[in-house]
Amino acid sequence: MSPLQACLVFSAALFSLGLIAVLVRSNAILVLLGVELMLNAANLNFIAFWRYGPTPAEGHGVVFVVFALAVAAAEAAVGLALVIALHRHQRNVHLGDARRLHG
Amino acid sequence: MIALAAIALCTLAAAAVALALRDLIHSALLLIASWVGIAAFYLWAGAEFVAFAQVLIYVGAISMVVLFAVLLTRPPTAPVSPARSGRAVPGFLAGGAVLGLLAGAVLSSPLPAGTDATPAFGVRELGLKLLVPHAGALLATGALLTVALLGAVVLAAGRGKEDAP
Repeated sequence: MSPLQACLVFSAALFSLGLIAVLVRSNAILVLLGVELMLNAANLNFIAFWRYGPTPAEGHGVVFVVFALAVAAAEAAVGLALVIALHRHQRNVHLGDARRLHG
Repeated sequence: MIALAAIALCTLAAAAVALALRDLIHSALLLIASWVGIAAFYLWAGAEFVAFAQVLIYVGAISMVVLFAVLLTRPPTAPVSPARSGRAVPGFLAGGAVLGLLAGAVLSSPLPAGTDATPAFGVRELGLKLLVPHAGALLATGALLTVALLGAVVLAAGRGKEDAP
């Protein structure tokens, strides 16, 4: 296994952990943290391909990760604000209870 | 390689335990450890600026927001929601299938071996890249952050008395 493959397998494992958390857990905060883990796994891929890619001096991967980090910060802020709004409406953050729009 | 294996093991173990725990505070604290592991990976790969940005943004800021959200939405009694729901088996199957597919594809692809030398791309080069070719994107990101944070404040603050608990 080359180092690039090791990095990619690491990132795939992290992504799968986040996916399992999103699919299995029913607490809104944990689902959001699972999404954050998946986002981090994507950033790991960018850095791995930058490190072992053909043109590391261009730095495309690093620039992309900087922007992705900024967007992740915005996403976390909005997501947790949504969790707080959900808690205000239904007094808990259990996603199974958030069925007000259910027909 | 050994350093990478150690970093990966610590990060994955912290994340797995964090997402399996029932107590959200413990989950958040363990996820901070996992984010530190990811920052260590960035340092290992030679992307120092990204590593310190990861520490500042995730370990410093997002973890605090998560902890505040956990404390604000904590039920008054002990947590009653079951850790395992009916979706556990299909969820684990789907996650395992995704991991198997991705790992199989990665291990069977002829990827370039690359060089062992750490690329010379320091903060100076990154700053020049950000401020000359990507200046527009940087400004757009600033605008996005401002709008998103204002929206988050509006969402979390509610509309006053009618929503008040």
